[in-house]
Amino acid sequence: MMLKKTILAATVALTAGAVWAEPQAEVLHWWTSGGEAKSVAVLMEEFAGRGGTWTDMPVAGGGGDAAMTALRARVLSGNAPTAVQLKGPAIQEWYEEGVLANINAVGVEQNWDELLPTAIADHMKCDGEYCAAPVNVHRVNWMWGNAQVLADAGLEMPTTWAEFNAAAEKLQGMGITPLAHGGQAWQDATMFESIAVGLGGAEFFQAAFVDLDEATLTSDTMVAVFDQLRTLRGFVDDDFSGRDWNLATAMVMNGEAAFQIMGDWAKGEFMAAGLEPGKDFLCAPTPGGGYLYNVDSFAMFSVEGDDKIAGQNLLAELIMGENFQEVFNLNKGSIPARLDVALDSFDYCARRSGYDMDVASGNGSLMPSYAHGMALRGAQAGAITDTVTAFFNSDMSSADAVAALATAVKNSM
Amino acid sequence: MEWLQRHMPKMVLAPSFFAVLLFVYGFIAWTAYVSFTRSRLLPKYEIEGVIQYERLFESPRWEVAITNLAIFGILFIGIAMILGLLLAILLDQKIRTEGALRTIYLYPMALSFIVTGTAWKWILNPGLGIEAVVKDMGWESFEFDWLTDPDMAIYTVVIAGVWQSSGFVMALFLAGLRSVDEEIIRAAMVDGVSTARIYRSIIIPSMAPIFMSALIVLSHLAIKSFDLVIALTGGGPGYATDLPATYMYAMAFSRGDLGQAASSATVMMMVVVAIIVPYLYSELRTRRD
Repeated sequence: MMLKKTILAATVALTAGAVWAEPQAEVLHWWTSGGEAKSVAVLMEEFAGRGGTWTDMPVAGGGGDAAMTALRARVLSGNAPTAVQLKGPAIQEWYEEGVLANINAVGVEQNWDELLPTAIADHMKCDGEYCAAPVNVHRVNWMWGNAQVLADAGLEMPTTWAEFNAAAEKLQGMGITPLAHGGQAWQDATMFESIAVGLGGAEFFQAAFVDLDEATLTSDTMVAVFDQLRTLRGFVDDDFSGRDWNLATAMVMNGEAAFQIMGDWAKGEFMAAGLEPGKDFLCAPTPGGGYLYNVDSFAMFSVEGDDKIAGQNLLAELIMGENFQEVFNLNKGSIPARLDVALDSFDYCARRSGYDMDVASGNGSLMPSYAHGMALRGAQAGAITDTVTAFFNSDMSSADAVAALATAVKNSM
Repeated sequence: MEWLQRHMPKMVLAPSFFAVLLFVYGFIAWTAYVSFTRSRLLPKYEIEGVIQYERLFESPRWEVAITNLAIFGILFIGIAMILGLLLAILLDQKIRTEGALRTIYLYPMALSFIVTGTAWKWILNPGLGIEAVVKDMGWESFEFDWLTDPDMAIYTVVIAGVWQSSGFVMALFLAGLRSVDEEIIRAAMVDGVSTARIYRSIIIPSMAPIFMSALIVLSHLAIKSFDLVIALTGGGPGYATDLPATYMYAMAFSRGDLGQAASSATVMMMVVVAIIVPYLYSELRTRRD
């Protein structure tokens, strides 16, 4: 009897401990620049507001490379952070290393399956159970235009690549650089995949850059994609090599160039310069349409201790919360991953992005961006980018390029 | 007490000896081991054979990197040595401001390669640097766009590297020139031998060990060259200026392909071994004689 009572008391104490454990979260991320840091601060405040203790672990540098190196060291030493800014197939890669936690309970309770586009929800799942929470959706295949320059030339935002080429030639005749571009491998890749989804459509994109189907990689459509990329090479100025993307955006802003192909983070540059979307600068999907997304998310790592697990669950709940999704994305320039957040307070371009995402999600044409690490693992994506950037910076023929592409992909396995 | 005295040096040296053994040679062995596995994001320890080396030598990017290392290495070492020797000989003519001149030439060595790379990036940028300046002065057709030309970009790395290092080589050679026995030179002068001939037949041959040291220093600078390329070209245009070190970094830290990174690091080490071992061999042999 006495023994039973003790056990009961102990159990009560333990469960109480579990319920009242103060949520703890150590969060590894690389959002350190102005607008991004502000966005994370929103999450920090909400977390503290619900009684949690947030340990910030920002690692700047190298577009996340430095953070990944830090993460590797932490995981190898058996002391993983609670949550880590990870995205796309990298989540699956870490899951296969056996170090991710399961937050399916939160996902089911909050009905994430209904709230998220299926394509995006699938990225957040490890073997069908939620292990990560999405923060935002960046659209990668945007084209930005200088409204004044286009009006002077009597042009509209082109909707097909043929139209774009005609417009670019006209602009070139007027002495304006048609396309602002920065010669860095990832920017070349961004342009390449925007052409691919525009010329080949969603099915082609899926087969080539998600399934890595060899017949598709060497198809005539892929040759045409490279041909168009070669045409674009003629529309950029001579000094593009190594230029940062925001400097290319500045060229569009001050009318030196007419267009730029870049994800919606470019919008932040325009807005910061006090320009108005729809009036001073124009946004439209890249010619041929399609929707390429780049979703930032937090993956939850296996941790021990009730307080940390409580922190993990609370974090997941808050990340997907309506308030955070709205405030964060207003700061960051992207749109909420949740489909049910009203976009009234967002600008014209973001509303367009949201509308297009809804439509694309409905007809299955919502595609992950390969250039931004959403479609493929690092080695495969890197192999494709190597070929694309070598092609763009040389006089390689399109036929040689598709052959090199297929070889490089095979060699990266 | 006597025991302690006898063993003291060993005991004092032991910690650093074991630290070097583990952190240098131990990790070299670890890297070589990982290069035989299928490691991706995290190291794995099942041996899979030479698959990583097959992948490495099939990669066009690695081919570019290795070719670049050859071009860069040969030109960088060759030009820096010749230029360094010329500067040293010119400074050796007992001129009045030698101290000041020596400092000026040696100064670039005090900069990090990042600074050198960034400065030369601006100087060589066709829209900002030399080309723009010459064009502004009225020579409209002038072109100097090596930095943005994939076929020529690696030579800009050579230019910046030589600028940085030839002063240091000069200092080495100057010390060597001064260490040649004055008596021999004077004897040759008495015999009416020309200055050029004195340098060619007496001074330079007697400086052989200095050439060897300069060669070793420069070749390890060339092989581990990383920051210069990152700052100057970022490996671009495309991957036209990739070197083995930047390839290794990309594989290990951006692409989560540790096996591939380990195999490229091992090949790099082999290159170093191929240079160092003959040197050590000749050094040890001469000492025994």
